Amino acid sequence: MSLRLRWGKVLVWIVCLLPALWLGYEALTGQLGANPIEEVLHRTGWWALALLMVSLAVTPIRRLTGWNRLIRYRRLLGLFAFAWATTHFLGYLVLDQWFAWPFIVEDITERPFILVGFAAWLLLLPLAVTSTRGWIRRLGKRWGVLHRLVYLAAALGSLHFFWKVKADTREPLVFIAVLAVLLLIRVPRVRERARVWRKRLGLRATQSGGTYGARRDEDRLSAPGP
Amino acid sequence: MFWIRTIREPKDAEITPYETWLNRRHFVGTSAKAAVAGALVPGLLAGCDVDGERGVSKAAASPGIAPGDTDQEAPGGPSQDRDWSKVRSELDEPLNSWEDITTYNNFYEFGVGKDDPAKNAHTLRPRPWSVAVEGEVESPGVYDLEDFLSPHAVEDRVYRLRCVEAWSMVVPWRGIALADVVRRMQPTSKARFVEMTTLLDEEQMPGQRRRILDWPYVEALRMDEAIHPLAFLATGVYGRDLPNQNGAPLRLVVPWKYGFKSVKSIVRFRFLEDMPPTTWAVSAPREYGFYANVNPEVDHPRWSQARERRLGEFRRRPTLPFNGYADEVESLYAGMDLRKNF
Repeated sequence: MSLRLRWGKVLVWIVCLLPALWLGYEALTGQLGANPIEEVLHRTGWWALALLMVSLAVTPIRRLTGWNRLIRYRRLLGLFAFAWATTHFLGYLVLDQWFAWPFIVEDITERPFILVGFAAWLLLLPLAVTSTRGWIRRLGKRWGVLHRLVYLAAALGSLHFFWKVKADTREPLVFIAVLAVLLLIRVPRVRERARVWRKRLGLRATQSGGTYGARRDEDRLSAPGP
Repeated sequence: MFWIRTIREPKDAEITPYETWLNRRHFVGTSAKAAVAGALVPGLLAGCDVDGERGVSKAAASPGIAPGDTDQEAPGGPSQDRDWSKVRSELDEPLNSWEDITTYNNFYEFGVGKDDPAKNAHTLRPRPWSVAVEGEVESPGVYDLEDFLSPHAVEDRVYRLRCVEAWSMVVPWRGIALADVVRRMQPTSKARFVEMTTLLDEEQMPGQRRRILDWPYVEALRMDEAIHPLAFLATGVYGRDLPNQNGAPLRLVVPWKYGFKSVKSIVRFRFLEDMPPTTWAVSAPREYGFYANVNPEVDHPRWSQARERRLGEFRRRPTLPFNGYADEVESLYAGMDLRKNF
């Protein structure tokens, strides 16, 4: 059991880090095209957003399939999303702007596209900080409330991508659609209907308690298990 | 196959004073450098620098565009006939590499990724090619590309290319002056704009199957812009014929405007009395205007235009008014509010 758990995490680590290694390899061997900085920003942003979506998919998938063990990977996925977002932001500060603060300040204050991206990263910051066992315990019920900021961060991140694109909005629209589905599933009425459908299809139902699932699960994760 | 150019005497109407023509060292670099280049390739860039004599550059440069050239298909790099590393812009900027210029392209007809055109543009057939001339002109008609080009002097010109996305390159184009073509077509007194249209053909340009833009791509210039000596029709780059992804076989180059004005793979010139709608201005009127002059003072609604990334450089560099060609073109817009007419 514990071995399986570890392998699952190892897989998450590999999936989340492999694109970074790949990016580093391509950067060092000059395979990022004529504008490598743009490519770095695009890829780091893409992975930040993608992993944010994956981490948001954990709870709905768990509810739909009853595969509760997935919750163990959610924090890791969220932290990797934050790591990619931070790399993206640092890429902008260092590679793209080379600390040209007046321009950076102007960008953030005057350009909605950059402002929403920055806001998304800023919202993720407290979530990453309070992702430790200590903070989960300390914040108690408020932890779940605080961590709902992730929805806003994901929405702003998707908008950031959408505004960045000049004409072909397909890809950002895919992100927005995925996010919309992930949010919709969380609406109580939709959840109720999903439960009905699950029964009809004969799928295993999850034991969903009255409280918001996230906090309980995190507690279970942090509790020293037998 | 040989293509023999018929050089004819220009009619009086076709000869125009070229104040800026004499300044051609602005296009190609300092005369000392051009002289070095000229020693390597007699008459190529040097042809532009030797004042006057259009025939010099015309005759000397013609081999590069001749269809019999061995690198006609799939050109794989700069022509070997000169040392391109010595060629610089008039601001002493080095050229961007062949790779930069031919693998980093905005040409949505072949996909929206920067590397898509280089991967996908092999479906374009730049020969045979015909060019339609329509509207307010004395000599409308459909021209075979070779006939369309043959009366004109071919030159190499080094221009900065500034994309509206805030990146830039320095490109050694080969081609002909747009003014020469316009004059040869003899616009009527009604003609105030020249509209240029890209090929519309989903087979050759698969990107047109998706309506991300209102195909075909259309751009236009005011007549005084079109006959400005800097306005250029490129048929080649780095001494080779244009690779498909760069807009083969014929594209516009207007160096003082954002790159999207420089419409590629042109099949039609239309002379018009009224300002025509142009593709990006239709697609996003708040963000892209008809004039699209490079202007560090007027930001794109979503990003700053004050600086740009020159491909191959790390730090951003300041963007120059009219992309560094203000001395030549500023007067075209005298009295105009360039914030309103962005």
